[in-house]
Amino acid sequence: MLPKLATPHGAWSSFEPVIFLQQASAVAESDIRKLIHDPVELLTRMVQPVLWLVVFGQVFARTRAIPTGGLPYLDFMAPGILAQSVLFGAIFYGISLIWERDLGVVHKFLVSPAPRTALVLGRAVSSAVRGFFQTVIVYIVALLLGVQLRLEGRAILGVITVVSLGAATFSTFSLIAACIVKSRERFMGIGQILTMPLFFASNAIYPLSMMPAWLRSLSSVNPLTYQVDALRYLMIRNGGIEFGLEVDFCVLLLAFALLVSIAAKLYPSIIR
Amino acid sequence: MAVNALTFSVSTGTVFGLLGPNGAGKSTLIKMLTTLLPPSSGTALVAGFDILLQPKEVRRHIGYVSQMLSADGELTGYENLLISAKLYGLSRAERAERIGQALEFMQLEEASRRLVKHYSGGMIRRLEIAQSMLHRPQVLFLDEPTVGLDPNAKHSVWQRISELRQQLGTSVFMTTHDMEEADHLCDTIAFMHQGKLLASGSPAELKSALGPGASLDDVFIHYSGTSIAEGGTLRDVAQTRYTARRLE
Repeated sequence: MLPKLATPHGAWSSFEPVIFLQQASAVAESDIRKLIHDPVELLTRMVQPVLWLVVFGQVFARTRAIPTGGLPYLDFMAPGILAQSVLFGAIFYGISLIWERDLGVVHKFLVSPAPRTALVLGRAVSSAVRGFFQTVIVYIVALLLGVQLRLEGRAILGVITVVSLGAATFSTFSLIAACIVKSRERFMGIGQILTMPLFFASNAIYPLSMMPAWLRSLSSVNPLTYQVDALRYLMIRNGGIEFGLEVDFCVLLLAFALLVSIAAKLYPSIIR
Repeated sequence: MAVNALTFSVSTGTVFGLLGPNGAGKSTLIKMLTTLLPPSSGTALVAGFDILLQPKEVRRHIGYVSQMLSADGELTGYENLLISAKLYGLSRAERAERIGQALEFMQLEEASRRLVKHYSGGMIRRLEIAQSMLHRPQVLFLDEPTVGLDPNAKHSVWQRISELRQQLGTSVFMTTHDMEEADHLCDTIAFMHQGKLLASGSPAELKSALGPGASLDDVFIHYSGTSIAEGGTLRDVAQTRYTARRLE
């Protein structure tokens, strides 16, 4: 004899925006719980920024070939490396969608009443959480290497916000790529093609003033440039800022909003 | 064309079984009815809602267990239920109550804190059905719910499907290749082949129409023919085999 079940009706009395937030956070929670069960991914992601800072950064700091506006080169590049490690992680995030599609997990989300925007936002939040852990490791290594970090609460909060926005933006971009290419093999190729141009057409490891005009115009439409610009100001003492925090935030927010609206439209096509 | 100009209705509170060879269009039809795939023309009402005009309402009133494994192996059974409950907008109190009941009903209480990747096939299927029923849908879609399960696990799933229907009055729309399953669970069966519905009726009606002593296997062969040219796409076959292997 099986036990009795409760009342045979659903529950839709709550305020819709509250349910929307609950649905988006459920998507993020699912991913974060998986990270807690198996944190290996977080640990492996920490290797790359450490190598860039410790090896590349220290070697290039000796050349003194890059005009950094008076900043030690390690100080100049630390925000760029944080942005880069978040970008590299986020840009391959879409492959998890293809993997979950192949397993059948995505179907469960798509057949639920959760709006597609909530599903996309939930994944963006999960990517932002990964970005937070990368921020922690970059801060630790940077401090050990003597980088002059701004350690005031407001500045750190600003860094976390910018990193979260960057991670959310690039992971949503990756989600769109996954919905278009649909297969893991093709996605890996696309991911490789996307990361390097985004990284090198930005101010992550050299200033915009060093770039030829064509590259500078390209970098001006690259959200990574604005992310690095804001990070350099918020992370580093006397880091300076080229566009202004308002412009940086606006560009990142606009890019994120645009990508979310595209991803929400394309999301159901992943299973077709 | 996977599904071609179908017209049929399913009575409330009954179990409707869709049978047919691989590649007949069964899973495509389920994807359309669950709003995962838009039809190129025509429409359907599910739980009284139009799949094209009111997809969100349809999704609120249905549960779906896909042919593949929708339970996340990297989460525990409890976590899988919790995420589903949140996706369906259940309040905190409802979540606690219904997850507790679901675990008890599916006899998964002891395993609830274990990762699903360590569950047996039968436990995974019971968990998936529990997930799809947390919001008490009016219609439950099951796409080959017992593929890859051993007889014990299969009977355990059947028992729960029957019980859900009895206790909650849920209408069940299922596909299967298992004629014993169709005979055991379904009030009405429809045969589908090359995207079209060829026949429908109760299992007894379909068998007697073929002659005395006919089984559902005979009915299946009669309507689907013996052609080996069908069988779905490579992806369909790979997914079914993958699911069966994981549930073993």
